Amino acid sequence: MSDTVIRPDAATPDWADALYDVLVQQNIRQVAYVPDAGHARLIERCEDNPDMTATVLTTEEDGVALLAGAWLGGDRGILLMQSSGVGNCVNMFTLIENCRLPLVTLITMRGEWGEFNPWQAQMGQATPDILTRMGVQAHRVDDPDDAAPTLDAAIRQSFDGMLASAVLLSQRLIGRKAFTEEG
Amino acid sequence: MTGPQPRLDRREAVARLLQDRGELLVVSGLGSATYDCAAAGDDPRNFYLWGAMGGTAALALGLAQAQPDRPVAAITGDGDMLMGLGSLATIAAAQPANLSVIVLDNEVYGETGAQPTATARGVSLVDVARGCGIEALEDIRDMNALGTLATRMQRCEGTLFANIKIEAGEHPRVLPARDGAYLRSRFREAVLGAGP
Repeated sequence: MSDTVIRPDAATPDWADALYDVLVQQNIRQVAYVPDAGHARLIERCEDNPDMTATVLTTEEDGVALLAGAWLGGDRGILLMQSSGVGNCVNMFTLIENCRLPLVTLITMRGEWGEFNPWQAQMGQATPDILTRMGVQAHRVDDPDDAAPTLDAAIRQSFDGMLASAVLLSQRLIGRKAFTEEG
Repeated sequence: MTGPQPRLDRREAVARLLQDRGELLVVSGLGSATYDCAAAGDDPRNFYLWGAMGGTAALALGLAQAQPDRPVAAITGDGDMLMGLGSLATIAAAQPANLSVIVLDNEVYGETGAQPTATARGVSLVDVARGCGIEALEDIRDMNALGTLATRMQRCEGTLFANIKIEAGEHPRVLPARDGAYLRSRFREAVLGAGP
């Protein structure tokens, strides 16, 4: 028997720090998340900021509802999840469109670039279509230098224009998840 | 010998909770809980859900975190709470002092033909909340206990969970506005004042 050990390729990428700076500049006060290795650095920075309330969720759709409540109370927020979580959110997205609420979600993509785990493939491939069908504009980022400007633009159009926006960080950008066999 | 345990009338119970509401902000779960809150008197500080099943408590958590100085209550049914049980763990981890989660537990899915929920088969939402680490009152079955809850939910001294055992009978529906964009705009204006 061998154990499969999971290690993210990049521990502290510069683009993650740039994304954090955008959240601070844009006055994002609530950060709801289901962890992903690709979000690790950003989650850590948000948890360390006393001016942000970071909420760890048990399932992603609770984050959609939580951020609706946050905005009703005057807080801007963001939902961090991986592409598998988009499927969990589908019915809750109707809350956003029905109430014309702003929503920003930052999604790390799986199942699309050297993915080791075939169970990630379906949601990885379906994520952009599902988001679009549910009224969430999807903006894909492949180049690390585009990550922060794209998030900045998504936040502006969501809160200024009352829209739902998703920024998809491609699996190539975040770094393929490394699986190694140890015996 | 013990007879059947007493249950409260849902409309009387919700009217009692909201009669001296002060600054209370309310999020109501889809179906009868929304009708009960509307029947107690429409108020722009009520955010009525007509869908988003399972999300009532999570939405109230985001609101409570954004408005830490005001009492916030999620008022919902057992069906909605059971769909969003995970949110009790999330709320327990966050422990907002100003949030009360209040379940109107009739042990049936009232909107769809009174099929029994899990609480009809012995699941205790009070035990679930306590297991998560939320302070929970004993199942509420009389107006005295309800009065205690009404006082406690105004105090903002810690996250609170209450399960009110109510009769399963249906009341005439009292339907508030269901245009979500209208409900959110008037709620924001009531809480934050006019403005963008």
